[in-house]
Amino acid sequence: MDTDLSSQDRKDLDKFIKFFALKTVQVIVQARLGEKICTRSSSSPTGSDWFNLAIKDIPEVTHEAKKALAGQLPAVGRSMCVEISLKTSEGDSMELEIWCLEMNEKCDKEIKVSYTVYNRLSLLLKSLLAITRVTPAYRLSRKQGHEYVILYRIYFGEVQLSGLGEGFQTVRVGTVGTPVGTITLSCAYRINLAFMSTRQFERTPPIMGIIIDHFVDRPYPSSSPMHPCNYRAGEDNGAVYPSVEDSQEVCTTSFSTSPPSQLSSSRLSYQPAALGVGSADMGYPVLFAGGLNAAHPHQLICPGKEGGVPPVPSQPAHGTQADQERTCTPLDGVHYSAATPSSSEDTETVSNSSEGKCGSPHDLLETIFIRKVGAFVNKPINQVTMANLDIPFAMFAPKNVELEDNDPMVNPPDSPETESPLQGSLHSEGSSGSSAGNTHDDFVMIDFKPAFSKDDILPMDLGTFYREFQNPPQLSSLSIDIGAQSMAEDLDSLPEKLAVHEKNVKEFDAFVETLQ
Amino acid sequence: MNCRAEVLEVSVEGRQVEEAMLAVLHTVLLHRSTGKFHYKKEGTYSIGTVGTQDVDCDFIDFAYVRVSSEELDRALRKAVGEFKDALRSSGSDGMGQISLEFYQKKKSRWPFSDECIPWELWTIKVNVVNLANEQERQICREKSEVDNVFDTSLKDVQPYLYKISYQITDTLGTSVTTTMRRLIKDTLAL
Repeated sequence: MDTDLSSQDRKDLDKFIKFFALKTVQVIVQARLGEKICTRSSSSPTGSDWFNLAIKDIPEVTHEAKKALAGQLPAVGRSMCVEISLKTSEGDSMELEIWCLEMNEKCDKEIKVSYTVYNRLSLLLKSLLAITRVTPAYRLSRKQGHEYVILYRIYFGEVQLSGLGEGFQTVRVGTVGTPVGTITLSCAYRINLAFMSTRQFERTPPIMGIIIDHFVDRPYPSSSPMHPCNYRAGEDNGAVYPSVEDSQEVCTTSFSTSPPSQLSSSRLSYQPAALGVGSADMGYPVLFAGGLNAAHPHQLICPGKEGGVPPVPSQPAHGTQADQERTCTPLDGVHYSAATPSSSEDTETVSNSSEGKCGSPHDLLETIFIRKVGAFVNKPINQVTMANLDIPFAMFAPKNVELEDNDPMVNPPDSPETESPLQGSLHSEGSSGSSAGNTHDDFVMIDFKPAFSKDDILPMDLGTFYREFQNPPQLSSLSIDIGAQSMAEDLDSLPEKLAVHEKNVKEFDAFVETLQ
Repeated sequence: MNCRAEVLEVSVEGRQVEEAMLAVLHTVLLHRSTGKFHYKKEGTYSIGTVGTQDVDCDFIDFAYVRVSSEELDRALRKAVGEFKDALRSSGSDGMGQISLEFYQKKKSRWPFSDECIPWELWTIKVNVVNLANEQERQICREKSEVDNVFDTSLKDVQPYLYKISYQITDTLGTSVTTTMRRLIKDTLAL
């Protein structure tokens, strides 16, 4: 006997199935975030706790699920699938699981939509909660982080199981009969974890071996973009979902002072063309930042460097430096390290920066300034000197010595515990300034284009200024020879000066009072 | 007795007993718990929300989901703790079983006390093994895979695991004798 569903029941059933699909996606994606989920039981329900289960809604995931469903519901031949895949930092990816929400034709006309179907859907969600922790991908997702990330993709339509490799296994989470069909939730998961890299190589290799957690387009006809299963779960980020990052170059620096969990998203900061790049002899300085507890900051190994020595990390754009300093100061023990120039054989610093800094102390924030060479550079890198780079702080450089070796920004003073690297280097500038005996490298003349200036309209006000004041004479008091003398003189004259000042104490006091 | 019954068998090391039992029991109870009923006026009620929590096991490479209720957790831990102690102190070959029964109370008139009618019974049979090192553990793990799917007890063939059960349905007769017999049988079976 065919008992037609009343329109109210039909509406309810559609609503239940729709929200069930959305909650299913939430449960699956949250189970692959890599962190432990914890929600509270509450005796007084709110309107948003569907199926009497406290399942948080991540807005981005809901958005993606709704987009995939596009107003439809799972039906015969139209299943909702959540694909979980793994992507390594080298770009290899591998499908791990496909969770399918299917509907078949076997109807249960006798069942009551409210609330038998509702309760059974709730039970099915509980089963899903339990089973998502049992499949092999759960353990992989808990360990995601630097080496690989877990991505998810939602699609609607035919189930595609071909990417799971041979011998994949299936587990059925459960079924719920409804008057319009039987809902089945199942998972097909990969057993063979060997990489199939021939098929899954990315088009572009990742930059410098860091993990790309941006959206990737899959070459499937019915494809939808992959999304990372991790996001920075800071307290203030409750409702924020990861923004789409289209390219590495527009990421902003973000230092997280909280200990990075597996979800830490250390981001790449890019400051292109901050310096004069006239004939593109120079590449872009790249700023790298790692989390506080990172075993190693994401190290940048410059391609094309010669002799295994990274090129001189001269002073990058002023803005970057200030940025760096701002975020550095709250942290204790900032160790400002940089590679020494090519001419010196300071292997210690070099190896420090060129290899992964696995040995670095965990409580230091390491920042490396490394210059990346542009594609069409003619000259070998180690011929470049600071003067050619036309860095903003070039004016601090002593006139005679033009080597990066003496650039205080490059070669920091020996006190590694300086709170403010900028300050430390300024003080030491004088001492290193007059140390002679450094060989000059060949100069490469390039046209000077200062940062932030437009040189096509007005003829280089800023540039002219820079050039004029680029090499000022050294402060006499800071040069050692004269300095030593004057120091002695100063010391001698001190008692006299003190006596004079003491006599005029009353005047000084009066002056101070006028100020107050 | 129209009671659904499930029997699970596990072989674990001594230190894994507690976590294994908790994992199974919590998972079952997750499915068998609803939110708190909240009675409103006019005879309606609303159902509260059940929160969940991931629990990582220390001695097993496993994680399970449990209901976010400290009281329930404490009650389960207490029971499992007793079972574990009993198992340890029994001195036998390390075999035991713990069961979780869901029942319904049925009020009876005096002099009969309330009836507890079980409607679902979960039994977990535990076999405590002592594995000397990792290699043995690995062998144990691999071997058990087959045992989960096939019945390896037969000498010549290996069918899939199967269970045959039968049930004699009550005829129309509800005489006093049959009812009494049933009552006694049920009481004894409990």
